Amino acid sequence: MRFLLIEDNQQLGSALSQRFALDGHVVDHVMLLEAARDAIKTVSYDLILLDIMLPDGDGRSFLKHRRNAADQAPVIVLTARSEVSDRVGLLDLGADDYIVKPFDFSELEARCRAVLRRRGGAAGNAKTFANVIFDSSTGALTVAGQDKTLRNKEIRLLEVFFSAPAQIFSKTHLLDRLFSFSEDVSENAIEVYVGRIRKKLEGSGAAIETVRGLGYRMVER
Amino acid sequence: MTAIGSIRRRLFLQLAAVAAFLAIALFFSIRSVAEQAAADTQDSILTASATSIADALYSEGGEIRLELPYSALSMLSSAGQDRVFYSVLSGETILTGYADLPRTRSASDSTQFATQNYRGDEVRFATLTRSLSAAGASKLVTITVGQTQDGLATISSEITRTATTIGAAFFAVAVTLSLLAAQTAIAPLQRLTSAISRRGPNDLRPVKAATTSELVPLVDGLNSFIHRLRSALARSEDLITEAAHRVRTPLATVRTQAELIHRNMEKDDNRTAVRQMIRALDESSRSAGQLLDHAMVTLRTDKMEPEQIDLAALIGDVCDRLTPTADLKDIRIRFTSSDPPVRAMADPILLQNALHNILDNAIKYSPSDTEISVTLEDGKQHILTIIDQGRGFGDTDVDALTGRFERGANVGSVLGSGLGLTIVADVVRAHDGTLFLGPNPERTGACVSLYLPSA
Repeated sequence: MRFLLIEDNQQLGSALSQRFALDGHVVDHVMLLEAARDAIKTVSYDLILLDIMLPDGDGRSFLKHRRNAADQAPVIVLTARSEVSDRVGLLDLGADDYIVKPFDFSELEARCRAVLRRRGGAAGNAKTFANVIFDSSTGALTVAGQDKTLRNKEIRLLEVFFSAPAQIFSKTHLLDRLFSFSEDVSENAIEVYVGRIRKKLEGSGAAIETVRGLGYRMVER
Repeated sequence: MTAIGSIRRRLFLQLAAVAAFLAIALFFSIRSVAEQAAADTQDSILTASATSIADALYSEGGEIRLELPYSALSMLSSAGQDRVFYSVLSGETILTGYADLPRTRSASDSTQFATQNYRGDEVRFATLTRSLSAAGASKLVTITVGQTQDGLATISSEITRTATTIGAAFFAVAVTLSLLAAQTAIAPLQRLTSAISRRGPNDLRPVKAATTSELVPLVDGLNSFIHRLRSALARSEDLITEAAHRVRTPLATVRTQAELIHRNMEKDDNRTAVRQMIRALDESSRSAGQLLDHAMVTLRTDKMEPEQIDLAALIGDVCDRLTPTADLKDIRIRFTSSDPPVRAMADPILLQNALHNILDNAIKYSPSDTEISVTLEDGKQHILTIIDQGRGFGDTDVDALTGRFERGANVGSVLGSGLGLTIVADVVRAHDGTLFLGPNPERTGACVSLYLPSA
């Protein structure tokens, strides 16, 4: 998927771009509203991430401007202002969602996914393995032509396996990917989610294999 | 603040002192005028009596004779218990009457008055001298009429009583008027005071109440002070917003970078260290956010202007907003409500904030794969109940939890600032509602109930 990130802080912008790249997304990072306006003229983005306080103006004016435009890519605002009144105003101006800095990247990811799903987003990041099609950006799973519903942790677990099929992932690695930094969980919790994914993949050409002492990997049956 | 006296009391006391002085002066002047009049009356009667005796004198055969007219003494006896004395002397010879009356002589045809002690009483004497011709010679006849002063004393005490009554009445009326005058004089000051003290703690508009010219400099001074205070407050509000922005963006950078490092790190020890670093970051940003929110809530509750809202829609919005956060832990938020719209008078931003805090807590303290139920019942009151399947309040004293920076005894390693429930309690109080914290009635977990008055 292709995202437009409008953020005047160079370091934050590049860190976010790198982080999104890990999930296979392409991020165009611009630092000014003017550059953002030029960018949306030439490229059709799946999602726009917008900082509110920018050197050449207020992100809100960008929101207002976009409301009248035909291009309807969803917008998630990154705000440094935690005041509720500010946040409510953003939604009124046409933002699809907002997140307060600093944020947990997995929460930003979850919000992106929710917005894309709500907008019936294009299946941009769909990956195929055997007869299984999985789109990590919307969380859509199709097993042998049948749509399955996934919960958040199942999506994130599948995302890990689909990112590198046949690679062995340790329980610790999976734990880090599945649980946020504020959660305290034991490694056994992973077994529960692996069990659930196995159930969802039943009857498909893909299977999650336990590699004794090392972890799990996705293989073709 | 210590008060140095009171304008009203000072004004009243001064006016009352003047009134007392005037009342006493009035008393004495009434009494002296009236007593003078009474004494003059007695003197005129005595003169008339002496004159009528003088008129009854005649000479016969070279002798002065007197046919004492009855009326001469009866006109005196009318005045009550008083005794009357008289003497008529021809030269030094007594013609009639009391021989031992004090002897005085007046100039011809004029009356001489004197008050003297006679037979143990104060007696008022009028003395008249006439010259009569008898046997070719002119003889001086002296007529003295005296009267005791008991009647006069009675009249005098009556006059004193009346004068006292008039003086006291005057004083009473004057004191009442003084009170009124003092009250009227400070009324503009009181109006100004109430106009200022009626204001909410955040009302920093200039004072516009109409006032007297004496108070204009005070009001002007006050307004200029308010103006300075307002700009100082605006500056600090800007500072908070600016500080939040300046701190939050670098924090976001550090956090994202740390997550990247964490993701690419091989050694478990290092990963644990980065994990702890990220938790510390989260804790500081959470505290900063909650402190700012608490300041905002305090500010807003002080000048709250409730509006007509749809409570069900508002709760639905907050639930939707938190669904992605709950999804991260596969927690389902289930919202059931009586048929919308559920009308309520409330400050939507405050309520959203309170509800956000309650739900955020519920998500934070709940394990994965659980459910949070949000129920809105619409009856005599709006009852909003949020029940989770988390760890509940344990043995914590739930009443203390609404205090600032108070956290439960069983929070473990869950991050928190101890301000969430303080904000909730403040918002509920501002809406005249009640907050109940208790255990989940069916299993472990917490149950938070908000009772809000119906519109």
